[in-house]
Amino acid sequence: MENHYDVIILGAGAAGLTAGIYTSRAKLKTLILNEGTVGGQMVLTHEIANYPGVENISGYALARIMKKQAQDFGCQIKSNLRISALHLDGVVKRVEVNESTVYTSAIVIIATGGKSRTLGVAGEEKYKGNGISYCATCDGDFFSGREIIVVGGGNSALEEAVSLTKYASKVTIVHQFDHFQAYPIAVEEARNNPKIDFIMESTIDEFIGEESLRRVKIRHIPSATVHEKPIDGVFIFIGYVPNTESLAGIIELNRWKEIIVDESRSTNLPGVFAAGDSIAKKYRQVTTAVADGTIAALSAVSYIHDAAKTRAA
Amino acid sequence: MLHTNLTHVLSADDHQKLLGENENVMICCGRMGPMCIPVYEVMEELENEYKHVKFADMEFDHPDARLIRSLPQTAGFMGLPFTVYYKNGQPVKATSSIQRMDQITAILDEQFGR
Ligand SMILES: Cc1cc2nc3c(=O)[nH]c(=O)nc-3n(C[C@H](O)[C@H](O)[C@H](O)COP(=O)(O)OP(=O)(O)OC[C@H]3O[C@@H](n4cnc5c(N)ncnc54)[C@H](O)[C@@H]3O)c2cc1C
Repeated sequence: MENHYDVIILGAGAAGLTAGIYTSRAKLKTLILNEGTVGGQMVLTHEIANYPGVENISGYALARIMKKQAQDFGCQIKSNLRISALHLDGVVKRVEVNESTVYTSAIVIIATGGKSRTLGVAGEEKYKGNGISYCATCDGDFFSGREIIVVGGGNSALEEAVSLTKYASKVTIVHQFDHFQAYPIAVEEARNNPKIDFIMESTIDEFIGEESLRRVKIRHIPSATVHEKPIDGVFIFIGYVPNTESLAGIIELNRWKEIIVDESRSTNLPGVFAAGDSIAKKYRQVTTAVADGTIAALSAVSYIHDAAKTRAA
Repeated sequence: MLHTNLTHVLSADDHQKLLGENENVMICCGRMGPMCIPVYEVMEELENEYKHVKFADMEFDHPDARLIRSLPQTAGFMGLPFTVYYKNGQPVKATSSIQRMDQITAILDEQFGR
């Protein structure tokens, strides 16, 4: 029974760590299994200024505190692993890790969050770190005096494009539609910046270079014409997708591949709850992830108590 | 100093000593940023498993980090962190930007054995 837990939580972002704090504190034997870095998207955030009670904190520091809180209540956390199989429909749930170890539990809370969308075109993986970046704050200064492209049309893309003009000699925004999804104020700021150009209704088809990126192939979508543009760097900000690929066919997802839950954060499977950015909801913030994690954990605690009462009756 | 539990390389002397005293060394040179933190975390986790490898970090903005920034293996790198693998004091492999656990273990296994 060494590998049997009351609760297994998938994901150690804000939602998963919060759920771990609550279930461990309720004396349920809890294991968090995390495919990436503990903290999830919080680690991508240089500064979180809107988490109530903490004036200004790096996402990494906030994640470390949450991790410690969970561990102090007895929660076990294993990260940087791969979930190789999931069996969630029985009374006993089974989670296989790295094609070797199997963990079982009465409850599973899914808190797998989301990740940056990638373009998924030729050369993208090859030139990551050699001309392609997903983080303006991290890599902006490598492009001082150089010409770059920003891909995307949301708030992140436009705000980062403006911030990258501190370094780059010229920034070209490539966006697939003829209008932006960003707030009007962000669009206006970008349009008023003399260093920023726009290529609308277009997408990048391929990244080309030698050791580092040298050129991109840009396709104008309505006319399907393709042209090559010499470039020093490309920053990609095209939104987020929920980490639910491995859940398709296992639990109910909506058409955007988000997990469908009710107000107690229960999924369609008994004993399986979900929380955070991977569920169907409108606002994705640390506060909302923490709230979801709390509700899922408290619902899980009731579920276990109710199940025990039923068995005793 | 970076806020990790890894050995910190704080000067050119530290760098030389680390390479002199250890056959297999992995140094991640970065900042406390989103592309670097995941690499430090993977290294911390691998310390117990790869006892024959010395894992260390170095601040990218420290002047002595030029020892890493000016290596031929990191020329052209444009993404933090710069991670360098050394065998008997010589750089044998380098990567730029975030790397996953499986990418890092593949390099460790190839360069230093399991
Ligand atoms: C750049 C950026 C800046 C932001 N700034 C702010 C801000 O200032 N304020 C704010 O409130 N919010 C901000 N947000 C949003 C906020 O970070 C997220 O809404 C919140 O962190 C989501 O938490 P989560 O736990 O649901 O998911 P995540 O943080 O995505 O965590 C999910 C975890 O699950 C892991 N995982 C994925 N798949 C699996 C699997 N199959 N099995 C196990 N583990 C898995 C992932 O590796 C990850 O560690 C920002 C987001 C980004 C990207």
